Amino acid sequence: MDATLKPRSARDVEQAVGWAAAEEQPLEIRGQGSKRALGRPVQAAHVLDLSGLTGVDSYEPAELVLTVKAGTPIAEVEQLVDDNGQELSFEPMDYGPLLGKDPGQGTVGGVLAANLSGPRRIKAGAARDHILGMEAVSGRGGIFNSGGKVVKNVTGYDLPRALCGSYGTLAVATTVTLKVNPKPETSASFVLSGLGDDDAVAALCRAMGSSAEVSGAAHLPADVDGTPGRTLLRLEGFETSVDYRFKTLETLLAEFGTADRLAASESEDLWRSIRDVRPFAGASVPVWRVSVAPTQGPRLVALLKAKMDVSAYYDWSGGLIWLSCADGDLHDGDIREAVADVGGGHATLVRADASVRSNVAVFQPQPAPLAALSRRLKEQFDPKGILNPGRMVSGV
Amino acid sequence: MTAIAMPAPDQAVIARRKEILSALQAIVPGEGVIHDEREMRAYETDGLTAYRQLPLIVVLPETVAQVSKVLKYCYDNDVKVVPRGAGTSLSGGALPLEDGVLLSMMKFNQVLDIDFDNRAVVVQPGVTNLGITRAVEHQGFYYAPDPSSQIACSIGGNIAENSGGVHCLKYGLTTNNVLGLEMVLITGEVIRLGGKHLDSEGYDLLGLMTGSEGLLGVVTEVTVRILQKPETARALLIGFPTSEDGGRCVADIIAAGIIPGGMEMMDRPAIHAAEDFVHAGYPRDVEALLIVELDGPEREVDYLIGRVEDIAKANQASHVRISESEEERMTFWAGRKAAFPAVGRISPDYLCMDGTIPRKELPKVLARMRDLSEKHGLGVANVFHAGDGNLHPLILYDANKPGELDAAEAFGADILRLCVEVGGVLTGEHGVGIEKRDLMTDMFSDEDLKQQQRVKCAFDEKHLLNPGKVFPVLHRCAELGKMHVHKGKLPFPDIPRF
Repeated sequence: MDATLKPRSARDVEQAVGWAAAEEQPLEIRGQGSKRALGRPVQAAHVLDLSGLTGVDSYEPAELVLTVKAGTPIAEVEQLVDDNGQELSFEPMDYGPLLGKDPGQGTVGGVLAANLSGPRRIKAGAARDHILGMEAVSGRGGIFNSGGKVVKNVTGYDLPRALCGSYGTLAVATTVTLKVNPKPETSASFVLSGLGDDDAVAALCRAMGSSAEVSGAAHLPADVDGTPGRTLLRLEGFETSVDYRFKTLETLLAEFGTADRLAASESEDLWRSIRDVRPFAGASVPVWRVSVAPTQGPRLVALLKAKMDVSAYYDWSGGLIWLSCADGDLHDGDIREAVADVGGGHATLVRADASVRSNVAVFQPQPAPLAALSRRLKEQFDPKGILNPGRMVSGV
Repeated sequence: MTAIAMPAPDQAVIARRKEILSALQAIVPGEGVIHDEREMRAYETDGLTAYRQLPLIVVLPETVAQVSKVLKYCYDNDVKVVPRGAGTSLSGGALPLEDGVLLSMMKFNQVLDIDFDNRAVVVQPGVTNLGITRAVEHQGFYYAPDPSSQIACSIGGNIAENSGGVHCLKYGLTTNNVLGLEMVLITGEVIRLGGKHLDSEGYDLLGLMTGSEGLLGVVTEVTVRILQKPETARALLIGFPTSEDGGRCVADIIAAGIIPGGMEMMDRPAIHAAEDFVHAGYPRDVEALLIVELDGPEREVDYLIGRVEDIAKANQASHVRISESEEERMTFWAGRKAAFPAVGRISPDYLCMDGTIPRKELPKVLARMRDLSEKHGLGVANVFHAGDGNLHPLILYDANKPGELDAAEAFGADILRLCVEVGGVLTGEHGVGIEKRDLMTDMFSDEDLKQQQRVKCAFDEKHLLNPGKVFPVLHRCAELGKMHVHKGKLPFPDIPRF
């Protein structure tokens, strides 16, 4: 009896999950399915399809607060806030191009479940930094509310934040409240050319440690997109301020060379491409997403290049490394060893066939006490293990 | 003792005090264990001074291994533990228990690592909030969250309460500025979350720990993000004939795409109290006074000062002053920063409340508050983090007059219920603690609270860490774990399937 259940209300979700809990029938929790290829494949007979749970409950630009149903397409939400001169400043990336799907897909619930962010992560945070409240149904089948609909709130545990990045394994979000921000008046990129990885990341870190309010800091090495290597700093805000800060960076980074300036539209295209891992789109070799301390990025890449044919570029001032394994092998052991060698962080396998993702640790393995705590948390939300079983960790 | 009741102490544990004392002395040598009543007095209350309770024993460990052993001992022997930082909680988060060990983390006072390149600092939890800034300011850096107790409050306590401050609309709360933690569970297990890298490698337990009010674990190390100080800061002091005008001005500033570094509002009683105290030059003939601080690159700040001035004038501002020097900016702030002691001058005691409302509800809430003031027969002065809707009503009372503390607490509870009624929340930055514990049911349903307590069960199934705080009713974990399921056919045949 395979079924796709398409609820239209939180009450429907509660009934569906309640039934699944009673019958111990695992559910695959799905929005538009745009991120199904992320994480481990879920073994579930039934699908809980939330794409029908859509709509804006309330949006008050002056309060900086937006409440929407979890199945609302993220593209619609971004359009709505853009029409009001605002943005989701965590800049959620679009996995479509990298995973061989159409761009512009996905729901708000999916963005939160994967805790997406973009280059602005280093200044404005990730999805988890912009969630204010949530209505959700736990694996027990009970609707609960947590957080609130105001921008400042510490009433009770911060469950909405804890549910971000849980890939639908703890609860099914039905309604979410997000903090929105004013959209910057304009933007520009400060571009240095021809730097090696070490110098590039040194320049990025120096800029991030300045008062220039940089909102994107990336390095595309020479072998990545065919250019001679570009080191990029994004400035956003009021035009007069962007011009002023560009000059600040010219002085601060003079020793790294003369900078070019990309104007707003060209700059925006480039950052979108960096955000969405366009340099590695259109292929099928394994891609990893690695997060380490920014200064350790080049060391990690150097360690790996000594062992394998790998292509890499840096975001987050050097701390986020997108790795493409050009030889088609996984290299999971080597990559995780390198992460440990540079002082820790995490490596996530983001592109690989389902059969591969079933058989390796897609997410960074955790030390035993932390893994046990995470498992206990899962059991408290989903005692029967019916929500996206195995999506993050085998057997959980 | 006042209205809020703590769980009945376990007499069997109190009877074992001697045995518990020697066990703790075996773990933490010398002066690290305090059991003399006179010395324990220093720990009997926190920033919510109306409530006092001597703990069973006070222990001040110095190493993570000691913390781990103390907690494991308490876990094995069913002894409750109340963690404490600097003891500045305004909601009673560190109020001791008669049958519980008070675990002070203030010997963990070292800055362990300053990493300017990665903009990260690793500190022990007893380092003060301002201590972090002091450690990095020689290079122009600072730690952004700035609760008003920052000179005294500890970073460990900031994690527990998810502390905010004047600048959090632009720079975020504690939770947005913490990168990593080391903590000890009640079982004694040591767990590390995050680090100098971004995002977690599994469930966001770092996010869950922040603001958990000492109920989930004891923090032993913290990694925070530091920022370069803004190039400059300037402020406007703006007076309005009505609070509606002030509220509209705030909304218009944000609608113009401007997020000020700080945006504070005061009502007439607060303005007068502050002006009488520090003579900051505040106008007395206004109903609302707004301080708007713009920080960032010099050119941007100058530009935005002009924009905000125009917006203020368009909203019937009767007074506008712009700081032309650092000294003048500090004068603008002097009254606001002294608002609490200023109110302390006009009233023997005051209760500082902390609700958040949607900003548009401000005029309505202030009007209703005036009615409540009459109903309870007590005065109230308001300071308000205007950008994020976080309201701090100061209720004036005299603890020496019989019944006034009760009346003040009842007034406070009515205000917080009003905040919830208009779409807001019970606490914006002070935490629930014991103070707002019994109001949780006004904001959350039974199932909401049960799901929160199930989280507690994943961390501390015996309810030994800081019990009696946050939750009005303590459910045993076995009871919370029960599922009431009804087996049957696939439900809701009306739901379309494919």
